Amino acid sequence: MLAYIIRRVAQSVLVLLVVGLVAFSMFRFVGDPVDNMLGQERTQADIERLRVELGLDQPFPVQYGKFLGQAVQGNFGLSYRQGRPVADILLERAPATLELAAVSGLMAMIGGIGLGVFTAIRRRGLGANIVMTSSLVGVSLPTFLIGILLIYVFSVELNWLPSFGRGEVVRLGGWTTGFLTESGLKALILPSITLGLYQMTLIMRLVRTEMLEVLRQDYIRFARARGLRERSVNFRHALKNTMVPVITVTGLQLGSIIAFAIITETVFQWPGVGLLFINAIQFVDIPVMAAYLMLISVMFVAINLIVDLLYFAIDPRLRLDRGTGAKA
Amino acid sequence: MNTAVLSVRDLVVEIPTRNGVLRPVDQVSYDIAPGEILGVVGESGAGKSMTGNAVIGLLDPPARITGGEIHVSGQRIDNLPREALRRLRGRKIGMIFQDPLTSLNPLLTVGEQLTETIREHLDVSESEALNRAVAALDEVGIPAARQRIGSYPFEFSGGMRQRVVIALALCAEPELVIADEPTTALDVSVQAQIVALLKRLCRDRGVAVMLVTHDMGVIAEAADRVAVMYAGRLAEIGPVRDVVSHPTHPYTAGLMASTPLASLGHNRLRQIPGAMPRLEALPDGCAFHPRCAYAEDTCRAEPGPSIETCGGRAACWFPLSHDEQEGAA
Ligand SMILES: Nc1ncnc2c1ncn2[C@@H]1O[C@H](COP(=O)(O)OP(=O)(O)O)[C@@H](O)[C@H]1O
Ligand SMILES: [Mg+2]
Repeated sequence: MLAYIIRRVAQSVLVLLVVGLVAFSMFRFVGDPVDNMLGQERTQADIERLRVELGLDQPFPVQYGKFLGQAVQGNFGLSYRQGRPVADILLERAPATLELAAVSGLMAMIGGIGLGVFTAIRRRGLGANIVMTSSLVGVSLPTFLIGILLIYVFSVELNWLPSFGRGEVVRLGGWTTGFLTESGLKALILPSITLGLYQMTLIMRLVRTEMLEVLRQDYIRFARARGLRERSVNFRHALKNTMVPVITVTGLQLGSIIAFAIITETVFQWPGVGLLFINAIQFVDIPVMAAYLMLISVMFVAINLIVDLLYFAIDPRLRLDRGTGAKA
Repeated sequence: MNTAVLSVRDLVVEIPTRNGVLRPVDQVSYDIAPGEILGVVGESGAGKSMTGNAVIGLLDPPARITGGEIHVSGQRIDNLPREALRRLRGRKIGMIFQDPLTSLNPLLTVGEQLTETIREHLDVSESEALNRAVAALDEVGIPAARQRIGSYPFEFSGGMRQRVVIALALCAEPELVIADEPTTALDVSVQAQIVALLKRLCRDRGVAVMLVTHDMGVIAEAADRVAVMYAGRLAEIGPVRDVVSHPTHPYTAGLMASTPLASLGHNRLRQIPGAMPRLEALPDGCAFHPRCAYAEDTCRAEPGPSIETCGGRAACWFPLSHDEQEGAA
């Protein structure tokens, strides 16, 4: 098992190196940052000075090495646009995105698994059919459209919930949270639904499919033949077996929630890293874009790794096949 | 009359389909006494599993019981509400399926699966349930049962897993066990052991067994009586020795002639011509008549009447008399 984990970590590092190369290449090949940073009245001396300051005068491998070394320490250089360290800007913005992603992720997972199990157990029932039909809508509507529809109904027509921003936030050390104020919580509702709905429907449909498959298995039949209660058959025997494949996809979905946040944050003007990235693109703010790219890939890789480890926790076959003999 | 553990009377199972109603089990009646093993044989699709599933109340919809009665230890069970029937499963009726590799939940230890079954049916503490689980594993011949109680199914071989399945079916002390082809999926080398184990456990506890199989060797080895099914009906039922050596129904005779059974002394296997009809296309009268050498107009019009044989019953218009045996099929 240890060998397996080491191999997976090595793979993860390789992936990150490649992403790092892509991120770094943007510096060389997209636009000229010096042009963007200096105003109209610039002298050749200004340009040269800035190039040296930003390290743009050095050869490619040296720059890449430096870039990686800095990136590992969380140092992504100065934002071309704001002239401040990118890391500071990202840290400022991260809580907004993480809180939004956490709420939508939780909603997607709880709602997805709950509804998936429900539609599998009552697969001929009216309720299950209604849920399945509406889930088709959830999958086929694009995210921004859902966001706009929600804004139209709940902000414009009913005037119940805010249509943009994070509301009031409370500062806790380096973190800003919207969980502690009423306006902060209200502001979370529409963006979380917008962001989580698609993932929720995906998880739901997956759980349903897997669960129906598991319910057909002989050991479920045997559990029934032993007179176990339906509740035990469904939740103890069936759901646990459903979870193995569901965890992979759910994990990846949670990763993509953070990536998809770009659209939701744009629609709701949510002050997170996604909105930061969109603005950075408009200004060709390469350091911010590169840092964002790196951050997202680190997140994906980490989630993948955690998902793999969860397999071991759930499936005894994997745990014991590796010959650790951990269990008697 | 009722000393029988299981008593099935005129059982009918029907499946409504778009093209009419199918009858995978039609007017089947039989009894099983305490400690008795009834073998059930017949070609695949004859309705053996359907009959077993009907008894334990696990028919897959849309299949359902539409006629007859099922009694277990004198209690009528075919009309019980779902919840009452669930409580009987495992407690009064145990079931063993064909494939031990897929019958056990891969994510729960054998101890967890045993104790949950024991605690569902018997009012015992967790530790008492655990003791009983160990005893159950011990009884079915799992070595070092106490150490293996925390093992997962995949840590056992196929034969050992079927032993675990038997322990699970018997752990809440049922009076009747339905074993649906319990050895078909096993290595030939362990089949005999499993049959012997099942036989010993059930004899010792006076458990009645319905042993579905298409292995006549298993029947000869383990069963007291044998029931022969054909196209949903009982063709013949009686003591194993009589049915094997003096079959009354031409189908039984054909089945015996096509079975490689050393003890019968047959040196040449004969196939019955043709194939069992599908349920959608059952012929009128006796379902066997298109393949039967003795069929006459009566057979094409009406199903065979139930007649007494030595020690049993058969459903045939023109039962074989014993000196006709040599030329049968
Ligand atoms: N859902 C169904 N629809 C139509 N026919 C079915 C269905 N399930 C089972 N059958 C038929 O019922 C008959 C009895 O099956 P079964 O009891 O499994 O036979 P076996 O004797 O091999 O165990 C078979 O002919 C099978 O084709
Ligand atoms: Mg069968």
